Amino acid sequence: MLKGFKRLFAFPAALGLVHSSLAEEQGAERWGVNMRQGVTEVAQSTYDLHMLIFWICVAIGVLVFGVMFYSMWRHRKSRGYKAAQFHESTIVELVWTIIPTLILIGMAVPATKTLYDIYDTEEADIDIMVTGYQWKWKYDYLGSDVSFFSNLSTPRTQIDNRQPKSEHYLLEVDEPLVIPVNKKVRFLLTANDVIHSWWVPELAVKKDAIPGFINEAWARVDEPGIYRGQCAELCGKDHGFMPIVVKAVPEAEYNAWLSERAEAAAKMKALTEKTFTFDELFARGEQVYNRTCAACHQPNGQGVPGAFPAIAGSKIATGPLEGHLNIVIYGSKVNPAMQAFGQQLSEVDLAAVITYQRNAFGNDMGDTVQPVDILNFKNQQ
Amino acid sequence: MAHGPQSGFKRWLFTTNHKDIGSMYLWFSFAMFLLGGCMALVIRAELFEPGLQIVQPEFFNQMTTMHGLIMVFGAVMPAFVGLANWMIPMMIGAPDMALPRMNNWSFWILPFAFAMLFSTLFMEGGAPNFGWTFYAPLSTEYAPPSTTFFIFSIHIMGASSIMGAINIIATILNMRAPGMTLMKMPLFVWTWLITAYLLIAVMPVLAGVVTMMLMDIHFGTSFFNAAGGGDPVLFQHVFWFFGHPEVYIMILPAFGIVSTIIPTFARKPLFGYSSMVYATASIAFLSFIVWAHHMFTVGMPIAGELFFMYATMLIAVPTGVKVFNWVTTMFRGAMTFETPMLFAVAFVILFTIGGFSGLMLAIAPADFQYHDTYFVVAHFHYVLVPGAIFSITAGVYYWLPKWTGNMYNETMGKVHFWLAFIGLNLTFFPMHFVGLAGMPRRIPDYALQFADFNQISSIGAFLFGAAQIVFLFNVVRTVMGGKKATDEVWDNPQGLEWTVPSPAPYHTFSTPPAVR
Ligand code: HEC
Ligand SMILES: [Cu+2]
Repeated sequence: MLKGFKRLFAFPAALGLVHSSLAEEQGAERWGVNMRQGVTEVAQSTYDLHMLIFWICVAIGVLVFGVMFYSMWRHRKSRGYKAAQFHESTIVELVWTIIPTLILIGMAVPATKTLYDIYDTEEADIDIMVTGYQWKWKYDYLGSDVSFFSNLSTPRTQIDNRQPKSEHYLLEVDEPLVIPVNKKVRFLLTANDVIHSWWVPELAVKKDAIPGFINEAWARVDEPGIYRGQCAELCGKDHGFMPIVVKAVPEAEYNAWLSERAEAAAKMKALTEKTFTFDELFARGEQVYNRTCAACHQPNGQGVPGAFPAIAGSKIATGPLEGHLNIVIYGSKVNPAMQAFGQQLSEVDLAAVITYQRNAFGNDMGDTVQPVDILNFKNQQ
Repeated sequence: MAHGPQSGFKRWLFTTNHKDIGSMYLWFSFAMFLLGGCMALVIRAELFEPGLQIVQPEFFNQMTTMHGLIMVFGAVMPAFVGLANWMIPMMIGAPDMALPRMNNWSFWILPFAFAMLFSTLFMEGGAPNFGWTFYAPLSTEYAPPSTTFFIFSIHIMGASSIMGAINIIATILNMRAPGMTLMKMPLFVWTWLITAYLLIAVMPVLAGVVTMMLMDIHFGTSFFNAAGGGDPVLFQHVFWFFGHPEVYIMILPAFGIVSTIIPTFARKPLFGYSSMVYATASIAFLSFIVWAHHMFTVGMPIAGELFFMYATMLIAVPTGVKVFNWVTTMFRGAMTFETPMLFAVAFVILFTIGGFSGLMLAIAPADFQYHDTYFVVAHFHYVLVPGAIFSITAGVYYWLPKWTGNMYNETMGKVHFWLAFIGLNLTFFPMHFVGLAGMPRRIPDYALQFADFNQISSIGAFLFGAAQIVFLFNVVRTVMGGKKATDEVWDNPQGLEWTVPSPAPYHTFSTPPAVR
């Protein structure tokens, strides 16, 4: 315990040295004992507040435990000490009621100020909608068509100890949230299913994402870098496996990235209106299938008996199109493992993967599904 | 007319004797403590290393949930009720509890409640897996089918607690020996009186919130479902309106025990008796207006945020008064450190550390960083393990000679203490560090930088578990025999319980004692 305290004393100084250039390494430091200072003004004042209260507690602790240990050492019967019999003193009681009250007021002032800063979400430069899903995050850049899911990218083999763990084990995603530095970014948080909580320690942002409600938070990051966080509210089975990665980049880089993503989104939109040939759909569908579906249904379409049904010869994949569209777009009613892919894949990818499933693995249905079919199906529901 | 106990199992099934019922509560709570402890060890074993080794996330979540529920409702609360049953009548010079038949009933429904809760582990879909705080909609729309059984078992536990509380209030207010004015009552009696009022106030709220869940799950209401016009945050407000007073329910009687033990071993009267009473009452009052400090991140308006922050900070004042009073009681006493005193002193030190982290958590902006991390886990284990558990243990060692007529083995008691003390600090102190460094709570697997401290925590947890075996062994040996205890047991202890023979006869104070 004492050793722990010593580490706490030494830590802030050490942290000051590495702070600016090594923001990334900070998080990965072993034996880390203290809150990270962070990369926003709010994070800094939160950190200062934390250290202030910590030192006040240390001071009170030294005093109280000092008196206590002193009397445990001096006032022992085995040393022949005779007990005094006093048991009351109004003055003393008043003193140790009033002084703590004053200390508390001293703490409340900076705390209130920081809280006002945190709550000041007005006049943001950029708005990003953050939606919690079981068990991934979705980011929508409001005012543009850019929108994507961010999933854990640590492979299952590492989690199951079949492969050595990588440096950012469980704190890495397929697509990070990209934001510009020195801009006020406002996050609008909500959730699709249960309550999640979006937390990035270095941004000092932790806010619950609640289904049916929209919460607000903001950050203005000073330094380019990669900042990692996690879902903080228990949200079911894979609560520990939905990390957050924020990539803060210079403004120019951000603008380039955003227009590239917007272009891709526009292209995707145009594709939705296009009519594809069977071969195009089948080829694209194979890729989508292998990327998104094969983990469960297997690359050869045979599934895993008892857990994931085969697509080859499946009643649904060789039955009426309606049923097939329904389970892929809206998910299974009975088994949540088969999720609703309607929001996760584009219309083009949905059309492609369904076409693929109906014609691969010897299913040979011969029909094609176009992106507009998907749109129409979604609209009539 | 006084008569002895019935023989065989009927003695226990039909007993209305406060001592028998007290013993049953204590044994039951110890059994639940071991059960909940085993679940904690499953959690710590899984967290020994990064990666999934022993259990899968589904089961891990069931373990954290059941561990919390069993420890709170099965171990800590019944243990305090057991001590109340044994000691309150003997402390106020009453022959028994005021409502002995209800006393029997409030104990005997408990084993059924917990059997039902435990059986959910074997149901399809597994046991409740949404944490002991069971936030909706994870606990309603997304919950396993066993949730209905969980709801019923909570109902039963609540009924048991309410009956116990009514009984304690009735006993204290009506059955004190002549001359035992309120301001002469031992502090354990005082703290329990206040606790009993808290229980009556908030257990119905808990029953209400689980009933609302039941309606949402089975009868199509939408209390907590936003899509139906409900509000998931409403759940948290109602839950914590119960939950915050609940944490004081688990600590106020502990204050009473420690305030009894320290003066005995310091051979000096308690400093500031009346301020202790007032401090307890103010803590109880404040406990009703701070609940939303558990919910700083749900997005309350800033006015609410500030109110709950200030109110929470205020609790530090009466709590500080208590700690200062205990330290001043020790100051210039003539102290010896038998096992009960060791646990009581450890209580003061470690509970104060838990109080410090509590003060840090009260500061809303800082709480945004601490909330739902291991820092919170460290905080509430520091107030509950050395708080509630150590004080119960101290109380058991302190009164065991009175109950059994035999002295416990002092060496074994000290071994127990040091194992528990070291184990506890190894387990929970590093949790402050990983929490501050960014580890969320309730996760079955974690990033690599948290590995070292988690390993230490796991080792500490097994040490703490081993300490309880020593405790069990020592208590059983004392019940079976050992050196005979004197009537006073300790060096001039205060209180009516020491005026009756050791072991305390089956019926005490059939005629009221004279109170000076
Ligand atoms: C996490 C595992 C998983 C993934 C990934 C997955 N599925 Fe499924 N899928 C299932 C399960 C389980 C079922 C059975 C659902 C049921 O019983 O209702 C299923 C059923 C189906 C069925 C109906 C099969 C039948 O005959 O019952 C189709 C069609 C299907 N999935 C398509 C897809 C597509 C397309 C993808 C990829 C975009 C995909 N699945 C990805 C688990 C998965
Ligand atoms: Cu989550």
